[in-house]
Amino acid sequence: MLNCKEATALLSRDLDGSLTLWQRAGLRLHLMACDGCTHFGRQIRFLRVALRRLPQERDEPSEE
Amino acid sequence: MENELAGLRRDLLKFARLQLRDDALAEDAVQETFAAALSGLSRFRERAQMKTWVFAILKNKIVDILRERARSPQATPAIDEIPDDAYDDLFDERGHWREDMSPTSWGSPEASLNSRQFWDVLEICLTRLPEKTARVFLMREVLGLETEEICKELAMSSTNCMVVLHRARMGLRLCLDDRWFQGEGRNA
Repeated sequence: MLNCKEATALLSRDLDGSLTLWQRAGLRLHLMACDGCTHFGRQIRFLRVALRRLPQERDEPSEE
Repeated sequence: MENELAGLRRDLLKFARLQLRDDALAEDAVQETFAAALSGLSRFRERAQMKTWVFAILKNKIVDILRERARSPQATPAIDEIPDDAYDDLFDERGHWREDMSPTSWGSPEASLNSRQFWDVLEICLTRLPEKTARVFLMREVLGLETEEICKELAMSSTNCMVVLHRARMGLRLCLDDRWFQGEGRNA
């Protein structure tokens, strides 16, 4: 059974490479039982969404 | 139009500085971007479209600069910047979240994307990441390069590359949690 430290590393890895079937299955099992890691996964996916928008974001005219 | 260009220039500079952490290099990249963009500017009637296009040019310039820099002999590995045990405090001896460290819900974080303060906090948090770590992370998340491409450009093993990206996410998540989602920023 994965611990949270391993699960978070896999969640991150899932965004950058690919997980093996075993890793994916282990992760899914862990997430069913772990709220902390479930939040962690959502949050790092949100970071991606936010960062992809970073270049366009500063669109308001500045007041300087 | 002139005001708009000045504003755009400011935005480009900010973005380039965040990425390159070198004012002179950032200035050059923006200068070159403008030179390359100038011929096409009149084609755009929509300001947002023009901005997207100019940013795309800048992104390419930044990637070129980062590539060159990664090849220089002084380049030291990003993997050493955030130590292996940096986030050990978050976990107990069995590797499970400590009770008060376990991530809690951010609610609907997308709503924050409309807040100007949120972007300020995000930039502060990015600036707090160590330089090379931030660069790898931004190449992946902002410039959208594939992991393999980044590892190759920066001459890192793909394992190290993914470890750096993971540590960057850990750091950025903690900072945003602290300064925005659980902190006072969001409700200010």
